[in-house]
Amino acid sequence: MEILLALLFGVLLAGAVYLLLARSLPRVIVGLLLLGNAANIAILAGGRVLGTAPPLVSPGAQALAAGAANPLPQALVLTAIVISFGLTAFVMVLAWSVWKGEAVVDAEALRSAEPPALPSTDPVEAAEAEPRAEAR
Amino acid sequence: MARLADWLLALPILLPLLACAGGAALRASPRAQRALTAFAALAMLFASAALVAVVHPGGPIASQMGDWAPPFGITLVADRLAASLVLITAVMYAACALAARGDAELGEAEPLWHPLLGALVMGVAGAFLAGDLFNLYVWFEVMLIASFGLLVLNAGAAGRDAAVKYAVLNLVATSVFLIAIGLAYGLAGTLNLADLARRLPEVPNQGAVAAVAFLLLAAFAAKAAVFPLFFWLPASYHTAPAPVGAIFAALLTKVGVYALIRLFTLVFPGELPWVGPLIGIAAALTMVIGVLGAAAHWEIRRILSFHIISQIGYMLVGIAIATPLALAGAVLYMLHHIVVKANLFLAAGAIRRAGGSFSLAALGGLWRRDPWLGLLFAIPALSLAGLPPLSGFWAKLLVARSGFEAEWYWLAAVALGTGILTLYSMLKIWLEAFWKAAPEGVAEPPALAGAERLWLLAPVAALGLVTLVIGLWTEPFAAFALAAGEELRARDAYIAAVLGGTP
Amino acid sequence: MKESLILRSSARYVLWTSLAVSLFILLRGHNEPGGGFIGGLVGALGFVFHALALGQGATRRVLRLDPLAWAGIGLLAAALAGLPALLHHGEPFLTQQWLAGTPIGTALLFDVGVYLVVVGFALAFVLPFLEE
Repeated sequence: MEILLALLFGVLLAGAVYLLLARSLPRVIVGLLLLGNAANIAILAGGRVLGTAPPLVSPGAQALAAGAANPLPQALVLTAIVISFGLTAFVMVLAWSVWKGEAVVDAEALRSAEPPALPSTDPVEAAEAEPRAEAR
Repeated sequence: MARLADWLLALPILLPLLACAGGAALRASPRAQRALTAFAALAMLFASAALVAVVHPGGPIASQMGDWAPPFGITLVADRLAASLVLITAVMYAACALAARGDAELGEAEPLWHPLLGALVMGVAGAFLAGDLFNLYVWFEVMLIASFGLLVLNAGAAGRDAAVKYAVLNLVATSVFLIAIGLAYGLAGTLNLADLARRLPEVPNQGAVAAVAFLLLAAFAAKAAVFPLFFWLPASYHTAPAPVGAIFAALLTKVGVYALIRLFTLVFPGELPWVGPLIGIAAALTMVIGVLGAAAHWEIRRILSFHIISQIGYMLVGIAIATPLALAGAVLYMLHHIVVKANLFLAAGAIRRAGGSFSLAALGGLWRRDPWLGLLFAIPALSLAGLPPLSGFWAKLLVARSGFEAEWYWLAAVALGTGILTLYSMLKIWLEAFWKAAPEGVAEPPALAGAERLWLLAPVAALGLVTLVIGLWTEPFAAFALAAGEELRARDAYIAAVLGGTP
Repeated sequence: MKESLILRSSARYVLWTSLAVSLFILLRGHNEPGGGFIGGLVGALGFVFHALALGQGATRRVLRLDPLAWAGIGLLAAALAGLPALLHHGEPFLTQQWLAGTPIGTALLFDVGVYLVVVGFALAFVLPFLEE
């Protein structure tokens, strides 16, 4: 079972890296999702697959029954899923608003914050090139 | 009565949490939000000062959340390093909350600023106090979510572009961190830092331990903006409003440095021979590339952003050499740099308001218009460059001296050379913005006066005073840093405070 | 989508049913699978359905407070759940306390807080997108 998980981890990671290297933002976001899932698989495999029964202590007992799953990786993965879900949602909203504002999904074309040209030494030009509070 | 440690460790997280939650609930009333933030910042100052006072003579303290026995539950720990960083975080919280009052750019975003600032400070304080790897991850994420929100407050096209790069690169770093957590748990069966420190040397597969160490090094190096993983920082910091830029510049990268110090002194202390030289090379390149990047720019905030990177290199020097003296240098450097860098970003905001621009070409004649602003800018600028008797001089002295004592001559030489180039950048800002005549044809903004001037300059002056105090009355700060360095090397006290007598 | 009569007239019932189900899941989490997080998601789903059918203005009127304000109240409740241990019993933050002899304790308050945080944040993210 761990070997299967390890293989799955590798495949997800490879897909994530491939997508993250793309220039289009939606691909990058899918890549981030795959990367987050690869990390979750790593935690799950790290906790070993001990059994499949839900890790609930039955009434009166003091410990988990044999064959119960390891509860700690589940708690960790649940937390990690929630966090990566929230962050990915944020990046998606951001990419959507960039697309709405500038009609751009190419990461290379995102140049407003870092203009490619050398900074102007002419005072008037430099003053005009600066993003203004009003323009925000 | 609860143990004092339980209170002192919970309060620095609870108080900003109160400001965050209360601020979100009271969105309709800015006045109530301001009062709440002010209360939380002041109370956090007192609580963290008390924490330092307990830890400094007494050694590390720990508290087990929910009374779960270690190493199974969530542990909060404070030693001298963590406690002093929490205290300086509280100082930054107060200063940036104050600066936001005078900042016109925040304006209508203020109802969101208060809860997000509270969340950011909570994440930073939590990361400093976290006693296990997964908890550290969660606090990093709290900090990251809040910083996403702060970065896009009032954002225009530039701000959105910056936020995309910042968010994607930071998420990749976080995922690498999470993968390393999974592998570490698989190897050692625990994530408690103190417990990891005991278990990892006994793991049979030491090659896998080295891989985990490398993954963690890469993840935190990206968080700390270390060469070659720094690209997110100069892409984003210069687009945020001044108070946001100040709190980012002060705290975010330093949490990454803190995590590196903690991991490579507590969990992997000197067992991996490649770590020291690797961090040393990264430190030298970070210092040089950062300062050269700054020399190429003509926009104040972009210059300052590159200087953050360059200064991170000095802290890494301490981690690379890893003698008690070198670690003391890194600790003092972090404390000094947090204050100075936030101060410079706040001063840049005031320069923009007084001169109408961030661009050096469009600025000029500010010395004639407002000499006090010039003086208040000069204090952190010269301290950053490491001129005596300001705080930066003593921090650089400790780092360089530890380099010479440990016979890392080349690293110490790079550190000293970088100081000269830093001075060049600071003089460039000074000469262009303050000293040269005002340029022709650029509209002059209305003079900075009255209450607005007070709100803008008060936090700058207060942080300048902190720099001066550290510089002129160095003795207690240096003694504290040396004690912190010794404590980091001798890790038994930390492990005993967390695990007690448990086998 | 707003033109669909079935959707519009069923929206209110779906909202209240899903809220009832979400409360059931919230309380069931005490001893069995369930809890504040998943309950909050189910509750948020009801609100999103309501907003899809009747527009986000109508949903905001049902909510009365801003979604972020609900999240803030939830966060306060969850933090409050940790305090009795510190204040009265000399135990570390968040240590579980019970009302004498009943299964009601600080864990319930904590879970209600989580529930509100989840509903609040989910709606704060989703509602602005249902503007048009």
